[in-house]
Amino acid sequence: MTRLLGDLAVAAALALSLGGILASFRGGGTLAQAKRFSVLVFGALSVAALAMIVALVTHDFSVGYVAQVGSRATPLFFTVISLWSALEGSILFWGWVLAFYTALVAWGAPDSLGALKRYALGTMLAVGSFFYLLLVGPASPFLPVFPVPADGPGPNPLLQNHILMAIHPPLLYLGYVGMTVPFAFAVGSLLARRTDQDWIRVTRRWTISAWTFLSLAIVAGMWWSYEVLGWGGYWAWDPVENASFMPWLTATAFLHSVMVQERRGVLKTWNVSLIISTFLLTILGTFLTRSGVLSSVHAFAEGPIGSYFLGFISVTLVFSLALLAGRSDYLKSEGSLEGVASRETAFLVNNLLLAAFTFTVLLGTLFPLVAEAVRGVKVSVGGPFFDRMTLPLCMALLFLVGVGPALPWRSARPEELKRKLLAPSVALVVMAIVCVVIGVPSVYGAVAFCFGAFALTGNLQEYVVGIMARRKAHGENPAVALVRLVGANRHRYGGYLSHVGVLMLAIGVAASSTYRKEHEQTLKVGESAMVAGWELRLEKLWGADEPHRFVVGADIQVLKDGKRIDMMDPRLNFYRSRQEPVPTPDVREAWTDLYLNLMAFEQDGSQATISVVVEPLVIWIWLGGGIVALGALIAMWPDRRKRGPKRTSSSTPSVREPRREEERELVEAGGD
Amino acid sequence: MIRRLLLAILIALAVPAIVIVPTAIVAQAPAATSGATGGPGPAETSHPPIVPSASGVPTAATLNPEREEMVRRLASELRCPVCQGLSVQDSPTELSMQMKAVIRGQLEQGKTPDEVRAYFVARYGEWILLKPEASGFNLVIYFLPLAMLLAGGVWVAFTVRRWRKHGGDVAPYPAEEPA
Amino acid sequence: MNWKRVAMVLLGLVPVIGLLAFGLSRDPRQIDSPLPGRAAPMFDLPIFTDPSGKQLGRTVRLEQLRGQVVVLNFWASWCLACRGEHTVLSTVARKYEGQGVQFFGVLYNDTPENGERWIAEMGGQAYPALADDGARTAIDFGLYGVPETFIIGPDGRVAYKHVGPVTEEVLVEWIEKLRAGAPATEGAS
Repeated sequence: MTRLLGDLAVAAALALSLGGILASFRGGGTLAQAKRFSVLVFGALSVAALAMIVALVTHDFSVGYVAQVGSRATPLFFTVISLWSALEGSILFWGWVLAFYTALVAWGAPDSLGALKRYALGTMLAVGSFFYLLLVGPASPFLPVFPVPADGPGPNPLLQNHILMAIHPPLLYLGYVGMTVPFAFAVGSLLARRTDQDWIRVTRRWTISAWTFLSLAIVAGMWWSYEVLGWGGYWAWDPVENASFMPWLTATAFLHSVMVQERRGVLKTWNVSLIISTFLLTILGTFLTRSGVLSSVHAFAEGPIGSYFLGFISVTLVFSLALLAGRSDYLKSEGSLEGVASRETAFLVNNLLLAAFTFTVLLGTLFPLVAEAVRGVKVSVGGPFFDRMTLPLCMALLFLVGVGPALPWRSARPEELKRKLLAPSVALVVMAIVCVVIGVPSVYGAVAFCFGAFALTGNLQEYVVGIMARRKAHGENPAVALVRLVGANRHRYGGYLSHVGVLMLAIGVAASSTYRKEHEQTLKVGESAMVAGWELRLEKLWGADEPHRFVVGADIQVLKDGKRIDMMDPRLNFYRSRQEPVPTPDVREAWTDLYLNLMAFEQDGSQATISVVVEPLVIWIWLGGGIVALGALIAMWPDRRKRGPKRTSSSTPSVREPRREEERELVEAGGD
Repeated sequence: MIRRLLLAILIALAVPAIVIVPTAIVAQAPAATSGATGGPGPAETSHPPIVPSASGVPTAATLNPEREEMVRRLASELRCPVCQGLSVQDSPTELSMQMKAVIRGQLEQGKTPDEVRAYFVARYGEWILLKPEASGFNLVIYFLPLAMLLAGGVWVAFTVRRWRKHGGDVAPYPAEEPA
Repeated sequence: MNWKRVAMVLLGLVPVIGLLAFGLSRDPRQIDSPLPGRAAPMFDLPIFTDPSGKQLGRTVRLEQLRGQVVVLNFWASWCLACRGEHTVLSTVARKYEGQGVQFFGVLYNDTPENGERWIAEMGGQAYPALADDGARTAIDFGLYGVPETFIIGPDGRVAYKHVGPVTEEVLVEWIEKLRAGAPATEGAS
């Protein structure tokens, strides 16, 4: 019953989305029709998604997808999230999120945009049609299974042992799919031959929220692989990691670059190219991980779905790039630059660096294919390559994060620039001296610390300067001043906070890489290993039989200066269905992380081989990620004064006047 | 004004301090040494299906920190044959541990890192290296990004110059054209 | 509509899409081995069980086998795919017994007890099984997994590497080729 319902629902979604496309692009179609279709598509997909969840929870093994990932032994929580644990379910989830965004745009975007909104909806429905087609055809999760099995294999065990596994995919999809919205509006703008910035203004919050979800998803993925995979690392430059990182890079460039277009009317081609690239990279990412083209940690099972994705990506590539090229005349610059030392230039350099970064990662990810096509030999492009090639770009970007806030719009007066860069430069020099004195082992590490200090000072300084200006103008105490400051300029100060988050993340990565200490040793029971001041004593080696696996654990006592600190138990899980054991490392997360992994053991329980990794400041990575999201949230928080693009005179003038005064103060205090 | 300057310098000093403190602590910590303390404890295990052998990884007696560091470095450059893109160093599989044992053995025999790498390439092909050898067609991935960055830098410089030429007037918010 | 630019973009996209299409046609997990055509790595492995009952001494060294065709099959008791090829290997081994063709099974990452038990379960084996401590020989042969079968010519060079369960046709084809004196050239399948 659920199976039939689900099948019908996705078929209905496909039909409705095709109808919606017609309504959006046809001569006689109206916006109202397009909106109606969008909402109906969402309704149909919701029915399908609900049907699947019900089927999973009730263990209806007559449904193909449930027979594939369901199991009576799996706890309820993991049963629900197994919705996205394998290919067909993940496509269903993607389709639902896309339909949700489409309906949200239909309901939320102002109708006054006219054809722009109509074309945008049509574009979103067109993208959706591809996914709904997959759901009806090659990736159908509702295939019938006969004879109906009594039980299923359950989801991949790696996906069952951590809470982050529940969070990472939805965040990622909300981010990935969210990028479809600004893309659709960009396409709509080109189709409608508009030269204005409406498409940017309307989609600003969508883009920031999608970017935030994507940022959180990437950091959640890093944290999950850190805690689960056993090698003490958080980023392996695996193709699917790159697939999520590349759109993030271009989206970050986009977020900054549109500010220039809105103020100066330049960088139009850049911005349309950046958002199109972001969208194309999300589709490319999906293609790479689902088609079996590249082997990756994440690769879902292959099948005919690869060819479908190839078709889709070809169509989107051709259509969007041809449209951009063909209508490029409408993207002529309408403005100019006043000074070379300006924020506009900084953002242009930002675009360049991030584009080069994306290009490097893309080239490295696809190079195995290229090499095979040209030389007929398989090569690998892995961590060492990406680290080497992207580190210089990262350093340049770190520096830029400090310079950007110091540069005002339009043009910088030399004295002003000197004043703003004084404190950051002092921080840089102090840091450099300290690095030399304590002897930082890696040059890149030292550079990262110095530039990080430089940029942190630069961004935090903005807060301090702003608070001090308010104190002078209004006599507010610092806490109130901070709140009012941020409240009046959410976009700006939210952005600076996100910068701080990124810098914390960068410093965390730099410190944990530079000062990482690894050690492997075979210990007899009772024996200790000494690593970085910790004593790790193997107390006991034990085994436990569980229904679906056999677990071997090593109880390790952690001591420092003879005092007991903690008891840790890294394990090895032997699943009945797999050959290689799956390690469950134990991590003590503090200012410095202590990471233990059980690698091997003697069957008689007399000795065990453990690997120990000690890395400082890993926690800054997770905290930094959280702060990035917090900053973005502040930046997109709706302003109580301004609601929507049309309101101009409805707010009371008396409230506005004093604010103008503040803004003038702030402008004097340190740039716009 | 002076107060502001002092405050600025205070931030400038505070930020590095926050970063330095933890990293310095770890920097002082000595490299790994080994020791044995305490008595044997009870141990019970059943028989799991496959047992990763503890062979290869040195015990306290045979540990040589510098050589281990070299083993780790080499293992980080080699791709684990049975994993999805992990390095031999990061991989938990038995084959990876055995490959590390092979690396360790060869280093003990006095082979150079280049010779160890060549040994694996002769048996597994170029694929086993995580960073392609910088020769022949592979040079593309090393030079193309650099070329693109340089070209981009030149183009940015020209763009900024072009903008400045038209400079002077601040263009107001561009007028909309009817959709 | 600037058609000139559109044409340029479309032209540029052709190789990109071509590359992706090419990628679909390739299997990223299939790696060509560099061994065929080169001298086979020396090995010196102990026999842990000799079901054929032949007296070959307690270890097998590659040098002793010069002049014969050697079929080296890497397997494990936990390897499901190895079950399929087991009968094939024993059949072909028996067929060429005493004709200058030697078959050996090399146990990979498994215990000799498991190996013996597995052979008994499978109804015996027509050739000796060798133990490879620490997978040294497996690594020496560039093993990615099991089953993999190497065919070494009388000149001591690797003629052919087969990844996955081997078939009778493949074995016979190569053995005949090598006995007829053809030089080792082929790559892995």
